[in-house]
Amino acid sequence: MFVSTAARTGWRLPPVRHLATLLGALIVGVAVVVALLAPYVVPHDPFLQDLNQRLIPPMWMDGSQPEHLLGTDQLGRDYLSRLIYGTRISMLIGVMTVVMSGLIGITLGILGGFYGGRMDDLVMFLITCRLAIPLILVALTVVALVGSSLTVVSLTLGLLLWDRFAVVARTTTMQVRTLDYIAAAKAAGASRLHILLREVLPNIVVHLIVVATLEMALAILLEAALSFLGLGVPPPLPSWGLMIAEAKDYMFFSPWVIMIPGIALFVLVMGINLLGDGLRDLLGADLKR
Amino acid sequence: MRLFLFRRLLLAILVCLTVLVISFTLTRLSGDLAASIAGPNATASDIAIITRNYGLDRPLPVQFFDWAGHAATGDLGRSFLYHSPVRELIGARLPVTLTLGLTGLAIALAVSLPLGILAAAREGTAIDRAIMLVALVGQAMPSFWLGLVMIIGLGLDLQWFPISGVDTWQGYIMPGIVLAFSAIPALMRLTRSGMIEALAADYIRTARAKGLSRTKIVFKHALRNAAMPVVSIAAVQLGFILGGSVVIEAVFALPGIGYLAWESITKNDFPVVQAVVLFLAVIYIALTLLADMMNALLDPRLRG
Repeated sequence: MFVSTAARTGWRLPPVRHLATLLGALIVGVAVVVALLAPYVVPHDPFLQDLNQRLIPPMWMDGSQPEHLLGTDQLGRDYLSRLIYGTRISMLIGVMTVVMSGLIGITLGILGGFYGGRMDDLVMFLITCRLAIPLILVALTVVALVGSSLTVVSLTLGLLLWDRFAVVARTTTMQVRTLDYIAAAKAAGASRLHILLREVLPNIVVHLIVVATLEMALAILLEAALSFLGLGVPPPLPSWGLMIAEAKDYMFFSPWVIMIPGIALFVLVMGINLLGDGLRDLLGADLKR
Repeated sequence: MRLFLFRRLLLAILVCLTVLVISFTLTRLSGDLAASIAGPNATASDIAIITRNYGLDRPLPVQFFDWAGHAATGDLGRSFLYHSPVRELIGARLPVTLTLGLTGLAIALAVSLPLGILAAAREGTAIDRAIMLVALVGQAMPSFWLGLVMIIGLGLDLQWFPISGVDTWQGYIMPGIVLAFSAIPALMRLTRSGMIEALAADYIRTARAKGLSRTKIVFKHALRNAAMPVVSIAAVQLGFILGGSVVIEAVFALPGIGYLAWESITKNDFPVVQAVVLFLAVIYIALTLLADMMNALLDPRLRG
């Protein structure tokens, strides 16, 4: 995050930093592969209930069964299989939300940063309004009124999480707007749209990639929280948040039912953040705040 | 100074008006609010009664101005479920949410200020890295899950704290810690970067040349300048904490505003939801305004 200043002290530990980035990339890479190949890698049907096989503990505990590596849930569904399908839901929500919020935020940010004046006032006003709205509460209300589904959740989050995209796109656009190649493009008679899409956007995209990782991590956490509160992804879909909510009544006797999806959630979000931090350093996208 | 404050105040009022429109529109998303309040098992006559009682048969602009006019005078409507004014419902639960929010913020500051300062003073070392790792962990932690894990570990196994409710002050400790987790990464990063910037400034070099001790430089000269943005962000973070406390209040069954909102959403009591959204947004706007004013008082350069 603070490349220049850290380098000055001469006390950097580059291997650790690279290791962290690699670890992040590895986690995200595994999550992507697992999400894509979910139907082919699950050992069992994640929706198949077997009431004779309820709450079988995972492999490192007494009473485990070899065919259920991570045990089974309160309805006898294979936990590993549900966890694998849950990866798919988390990644899907993360990507869909980032695409949507990125489109809104980057458009607003570039417009405000490039044109300045009234347009910028308007963009800043919209950002202020967005920040004033209580995020989780509004998302819960929308899902309650419109109906819970994966699409509704990611659309809602996408409509709400664009503020950081807008802030960063605006600041970075302001920085490149006065540079020579923009003036050159203008002099060459390029259209406004061409300048915004071909000259401005490619030069700020590095910063936006870092924002995208942060927002993706946030979206995954928020989906889990919404599903946990019963207003996210509907059952029987194995969202990690929903898995925790459904297993909550059993957590005092078999804590692993909430530990496994919770740790998965933590590791994935941590991986995305580590990757984002690493990309920021590698791409030199150190934005002074 | 006066112009600056006037412009900020005007902006705050404009944002309030926009939020008023948004929270009104929000509850109309399903298309038929009466049907949403009545729930899936309602008969046509139930819906008709609700429509009449809430005046939902009037044109939307009329409904909006009626509601907004009352809201502006502090009358937030009546709860469908409790049959009492929403203002009273919020008022009764506000102390819990405020105590929780302030506890969370206090814990967050108590953790992030010393760690942020230490990280900046030892910038680039293993200590710095370890502290930044804490920020990353805090950022990746699912708060509702952390709450459950603490309930199992500290509440049930060790029996240090009550696992739900706020009958005693101990009830605020665990939810306060969980809430603090969400504010710690931002506050810690800001303290650290502010301190690093302050430590690189010319007056620090002068202080060093004068032969001042390292401790004195860090705490007396650098901290004063680094603290300012932290103070204003702390106010904004309190706004986020209050808005985000809905999840924590649900996990720990704390009878605060967030719990009220969640309960109202799941029980289709949308007049309450609409009011709570507006209320939390106005609190946030007031807090940011306060932060701006504090900044202007502390930093003469902003008064322009």
